[in-house]
Amino acid sequence: MKKLKYALFTGCTAKQSTPEQMMSTMAVARKLDIEMIELTEASCCGASHLQDYDDFLSLVLNARNIAYAEKHGLTMVTICNTCQLNTAMTKHRLDNNADLKAKVNEKLAEIGLEYKGTSNVIHFLYAIIDDFGLDKIKEMVVKPLSQFNIAPFYGCHNIRPSELHNESHKTKENPYNPTSLDDLIIACGAKNVDYEEKNKCCGFHVELQAPHTAAVLTGNAIAGATDQNADMMVTPCPLCHLKLDTQTKHASEAIGREVSLPVLHMQQMVGLALGCTPAELGLQHHVTDVNFI
Amino acid sequence: MSTNTITTQKVNFKVFRFNADNDYLPYYENYTMDVTSEEVVLDILNRIKWDHDGSFSYRRSCRHGICGACAIKVNGRSTLACKESMTTMIEYFGNEITLEPLSTKRAIKDMIIDKADFWEKHASVTPYLVADIDECPSCENLVSPHDAEELNEADLCIQCGACHYACPAVEINSDFFGPAAFAAAYRFEADVRDNDANRLSYVNEEKQGVWDCVKCYECAEVCPKDINPIDKITKLHQMAFKKGVAKNNVATRHAVGFLHSIKKHGLLDEGGLVLYSEGPSIVKHIPVALQMFKKGKIVMPWNMPKSDKLDEIQKLIKSSSTVKF
Ligand code: SF4
Ligand code: SF4
Ligand code: SF4
Ligand code: FES
Repeated sequence: MKKLKYALFTGCTAKQSTPEQMMSTMAVARKLDIEMIELTEASCCGASHLQDYDDFLSLVLNARNIAYAEKHGLTMVTICNTCQLNTAMTKHRLDNNADLKAKVNEKLAEIGLEYKGTSNVIHFLYAIIDDFGLDKIKEMVVKPLSQFNIAPFYGCHNIRPSELHNESHKTKENPYNPTSLDDLIIACGAKNVDYEEKNKCCGFHVELQAPHTAAVLTGNAIAGATDQNADMMVTPCPLCHLKLDTQTKHASEAIGREVSLPVLHMQQMVGLALGCTPAELGLQHHVTDVNFI
Repeated sequence: MSTNTITTQKVNFKVFRFNADNDYLPYYENYTMDVTSEEVVLDILNRIKWDHDGSFSYRRSCRHGICGACAIKVNGRSTLACKESMTTMIEYFGNEITLEPLSTKRAIKDMIIDKADFWEKHASVTPYLVADIDECPSCENLVSPHDAEELNEADLCIQCGACHYACPAVEINSDFFGPAAFAAAYRFEADVRDNDANRLSYVNEEKQGVWDCVKCYECAEVCPKDINPIDKITKLHQMAFKKGVAKNNVATRHAVGFLHSIKKHGLLDEGGLVLYSEGPSIVKHIPVALQMFKKGKIVMPWNMPKSDKLDEIQKLIKSSSTVKF
């Protein structure tokens, strides 16, 4: 197989509150011999909040990010569900609206760039499953996580709205019955846990303005996984991770029940199975302890 | 295989049963049926009533996806029974299918729910045109095709409630108006003839308004009419800023804070955003922030990373901004 090469859009959290997500992404890429060209020029995707304020500006900024991936002639890989949503949504809107695309390109021309629509945008989860291949990952597992029951937490923006998913992904994910993360858990040798909240929202985006709603959603998710005997959770989204890992106190208070589970980033789970060291994967950066693994 | 071939398969249905007049608790009844590839969910409801139990109750009228009466939940997913093909449901969920009302908490009899909360919220956003129109006009009140497009098909909503009862924010926060009410609010806010002075600020109030939407896209996914309610919610956010009705509060500062941060760093400054949004209330975040700091999850302001070619980003912000707050 040809060596895989992507333009990596890190997003903001990977550089700040979830350093372990950046570390584990790079560790897994090294193990799988995937080359990552980091888009160091990229700006924040707006996280769907800038979109609430200034729609056009957020389109222009996201189009600029994609234009840099296009300049490299590479598929853009995201490592955050919400980055994926906002980038893929920008692509979807520009690719389907020539007028809008022209307006955005008028602005990009000021800095000598053009959005063409030539680069696909996918989340790293789907890059390793679809492009690298689940079977090949399975073959490369040296430390199967066979003693663990792992609950997948998909995170909204990778699976909804599904129209974006259908456009850019090789295998369609069913938003009501997603399987990618379950398959990956099994490939890593662990047992996947089925629970009701696995495709529900963690509440991250309203943490400041609606803290109660946000905390209940987080609490329900951890409680649901706990009740189905999960030893830990795994998520492809750093924002979900922040919520599930650092907000257990508020979540417990909100649902009136003490809840807390170790939560891995998808990349950390794969990294562990492939034999990366805990330090390489940044396991020391979790608030809810995972170092026992 | 020809696409015209009708196939049949066995499906086990687990059906929610409850009669608020007699039953203390709901229960589930099981029915196994041969389902053909031509049937929709409503056909199954009909067959349960006609072939198994005449007391089985559900709402339906038009059978054409127009009246909005027949919405129920199939394996937890809100759907319009008369429009949803059983083949799709089997593809989604396999041969074990659970049929429940849109909200089990609000069940009156089997699939029939008390939709009062939905209608109350719908009514509270002034879901009608407010305009001073001459009672005896001398010519028609024309709306250009371009202006009509601004509604973004929000007027096609059939008030089925599928989105409302799929919305996690509605479930947790009983004040939240919900996706369908917001779609209705948008439908009139976007209408050039409307001049209601209060609707937009009313749907921007904290707790009940658009700012409490968690952005989960459940509403966009379930809507049988492709209304995309969260898209309308986003537009209501934008309108509030554009028309100057956005209040200065934690939610609006949270949105505007992204702009300030991107202008300065290209990236989001997470700590700076929380400080900007919360103001003095930031103290409530200190315990968690300390825990995060200990684990190396907080970057100090002087170490804040910046995007390369920040000048490009700043230039674009200058030239492409369309809103002032
Ligand atoms: S699950 Fe949470 S962080 Fe992830 S996309 Fe949904 S709201 Fe955002
Ligand atoms: S927006 Fe769609 S799902 Fe919601 S009530 Fe209207 S038609 Fe039904
Ligand atoms: S996106 Fe907002 S309105 Fe739509 S279902 Fe989710 S919380 Fe409710
Ligand atoms: S019966 Fe009218 S919408 Fe289904």
